[in-house]
Amino acid sequence: MKIRNSALAGIALAATAALGLTACGGATPAGDSSSSASGGAASGEITVYNAQHESLTKEWVDAFTAETGIKVTMRQGSDTELSNQIIQEGQASPADVFLTENSPAMTQVENAGLFADVNKDTLAQVPAEFAPSTGKWTGIAARSTVLVYNKTKLAEDQLPKSMLDLAKPEWKGKWAASPSGADFQAIVSALLELKGESATEEWLKGMKENSKAYKGNSTAMKAVNAGEVDAALIYHYYYYGDQAKTGENSSNVTPYYFKNQDPGAFLSVSGGGVLKSSKNAAAAQEFLKFITGKKGQEVLKNGTSFEYAIGSDVPANDKLVPIKDLQAPKVDAAKLNSEKVTDLMTQAGLL
Amino acid sequence: MTSDLSAPPRAGTTTAGRGTSPRPPFGVSAVSVLAVLIALFSLVPLGYVAYMTVATGWDTAVGLILRPRVGELLLNTLLLMAATIPLCLLLGVAGAWLVERTKLRGHRIWAVLLAAPLAVPAFVNSYAWVSAIPSLGGLWSGILISTLSYFPLVYIPAAATLSRLDPAIEQSAAALGLGAWRTFFRVVLPQLRIALTGGALLVGLHLLAEYGAFAMIRFDTFTTAIMTQYQSTFNGAAGNMLASVLVFFCLLLLVAEVRSRGTARYARIGSGVQAKALRLPLHAYQLPAQLFLLALTALAFGLPLYYVMRWILAGGADIWTASEFLPALLSTFTYGLAGAAATTVVAFPMAYLAVRHPGWFSKSLELSNYVTSSMPGIVVALAFVTVSIRMVPGVYQTAGLLVAAYVLLFLPRALVNLRAGLAQAPKELDEAAQALGKPPLLAFIRVTLRLTAPAAAGGAALVFLAIANELTATLLLSPNGTRTLATEFWSKSSEIDYAGAAPYALLMILLSAPMTYLLFQQSKKVAGQ
Repeated sequence: MKIRNSALAGIALAATAALGLTACGGATPAGDSSSSASGGAASGEITVYNAQHESLTKEWVDAFTAETGIKVTMRQGSDTELSNQIIQEGQASPADVFLTENSPAMTQVENAGLFADVNKDTLAQVPAEFAPSTGKWTGIAARSTVLVYNKTKLAEDQLPKSMLDLAKPEWKGKWAASPSGADFQAIVSALLELKGESATEEWLKGMKENSKAYKGNSTAMKAVNAGEVDAALIYHYYYYGDQAKTGENSSNVTPYYFKNQDPGAFLSVSGGGVLKSSKNAAAAQEFLKFITGKKGQEVLKNGTSFEYAIGSDVPANDKLVPIKDLQAPKVDAAKLNSEKVTDLMTQAGLL
Repeated sequence: MTSDLSAPPRAGTTTAGRGTSPRPPFGVSAVSVLAVLIALFSLVPLGYVAYMTVATGWDTAVGLILRPRVGELLLNTLLLMAATIPLCLLLGVAGAWLVERTKLRGHRIWAVLLAAPLAVPAFVNSYAWVSAIPSLGGLWSGILISTLSYFPLVYIPAAATLSRLDPAIEQSAAALGLGAWRTFFRVVLPQLRIALTGGALLVGLHLLAEYGAFAMIRFDTFTTAIMTQYQSTFNGAAGNMLASVLVFFCLLLLVAEVRSRGTARYARIGSGVQAKALRLPLHAYQLPAQLFLLALTALAFGLPLYYVMRWILAGGADIWTASEFLPALLSTFTYGLAGAAATTVVAFPMAYLAVRHPGWFSKSLELSNYVTSSMPGIVVALAFVTVSIRMVPGVYQTAGLLVAAYVLLFLPRALVNLRAGLAQAPKELDEAAQALGKPPLLAFIRVTLRLTAPAAAGGAALVFLAIANELTATLLLSPNGTRTLATEFWSKSSEIDYAGAAPYALLMILLSAPMTYLLFQQSKKVAGQ
């Protein structure tokens, strides 16, 4: 008993010492974040609010830091969580760069007037169709909507012609999605832009009726593979990523592309932008230039993310269906509206 | 993960004799002012929820609260509580009774094993079960996982109370002709009332607050839905309205617990030594009892451990070389220590007032904190994010703010322990030291503080445990670039990288195990008062 008591007292002592340390640390923005963004062109450190996949951005960051010596701190979150956070933070935002999986959240920050212009030479690396006409942010990668289905449960002729068919009664209980994810919300925003509000509302109602909600696209695909559900509406690269690893979550799964400019053939542009309030804008612009440049895009082509490369004439990973064969509908990325989409999905009871 | 075993205010604190109080080290007023400030600070989240509800506007608020989705969440949450709380009570009491009151073979080992599931965070449990049965989902899975994770919250206080109950009453009952079963229901069970209502409250609060475990099995409660809304809108009206409903539930639970605890006195009066309880022979029930306990601990503790180890083996050496691994361990440790220390320091003025100057004033101070610590981490975090961005942007995204949130969430753990420790440090000693010429401050440090140190350390250890497994508040409030074991585990497991998540799960269990044991030991001591 004596021994334990003194051991506990020891813990208390150590804890008190630690408190002293934190009390000092608390005064400045803590941790190894970007508190000391020293000036000068393209040096120092930046903070990236990252809604892209952590592993992909980490590959970019590691290559970028190795080349430039600029230290990058990441804050991980979802598209709209981070866009709304940046808007609430306003001028005080610690973010220098914002990366997303999709574009609606970029538009939201742009509309709040918080983005600086993207440097000309960065924009020059990205084809116009993958960037908004305003030049306030740029596409950095793309991802295609796809219906993955379990080939033991569905035959090819049972597949829907259009994504809109999934709202029909015969699909009740048969398909899955991850409605809380930014990916899915981007698909809905494309639907909203292509077909209008009442059609979208109708479709979401049907979805609430018919679909099973999973948390995350990979989890939804895993469910299709296990036969819990026949099909799932997700993005293409979850399938290719799993195939490239062990395939254990996709061995029974086949991807089906809607094509024909269907809303379900939507090609979503991942975005990147530099915040006006950035304390190290030069380094931030440099980072954006790097990821849209040859080396950054080759990470997409050769890496394990299986997202589409779109800039600097780097072709897509050769395992993927080429972009020109996807027959994606034409949607102006700058028009995609995330707030309206979350409202509609909240009304439909999906959120 | 908001509260702990010793969270609810226990009735009646032992205080030192009547006489005049020794002069406090900094003056009563200074201690009071500190305590009031802390209490006010702890009301920030409640104030925030109330403010947001008003600011949203009546019509919008009503529209967001009275919608079918809220009805679904309500039904889910109510069914979950209605099934899980009784199950936890049943398993907890049955286990405690077998271990403490029967001639169960190996009861010493079982006593510890039944507390062990508490060392497995509920979201790790969920991860293991999803690995075992990938199709798990919905209400039944929610009930299964939360029952297995939380029944020790009832078992521990029930076992502690049973081991301390005066068997004289039972013997009288038996002498008056009551059979063993009727004695149990009419004599023993009523005496467990405080332990059971307290345990039930804790299970209820955990059910309301849990995020990771339910998100993994696709079971939506208010907390998972708030998180979803947060990820879609950061701080939207819909999420805030869900939070206000959730807070309402937490308050309901608190009130229900206070009311059902009752005012009867259970302490034994009179002098003399308490008799040792008699252990009931099990005879033919020995084997079924052993099998029951084996099944229970295998499902609640064996299964998660087995799957964590299986994933670790499947992952091989690669998963241990990941570069995020050490920083996560280090920051978990640092936050755990800093949070535990800060919480203990902050709890001191309140504990001091409660013990040395009991009364309505110190009671209401304490109550204000119990209200906050009953709220889920996500609500406290949402409040801190909003308030800090708008009012004190300087502290936004700092380690200090995160530690402050931990302090509010876990203060009762430190408080209850400190109170018990202070109560055992007679103020007469302090007086004597002062009479012998030591200045009040020095007397206080040399006498009271030293005597309280073990209790303070015990409370700090519990807070550390809570912080190491905290997920939602950490996700929302942590400084840029911060990763803890819990957040890394969560990020890996939601990308279905189960092998990559396994080392984090194992470490969380390893960190929690000694603390759980400590909790188990402490509860026996506290129950003796």
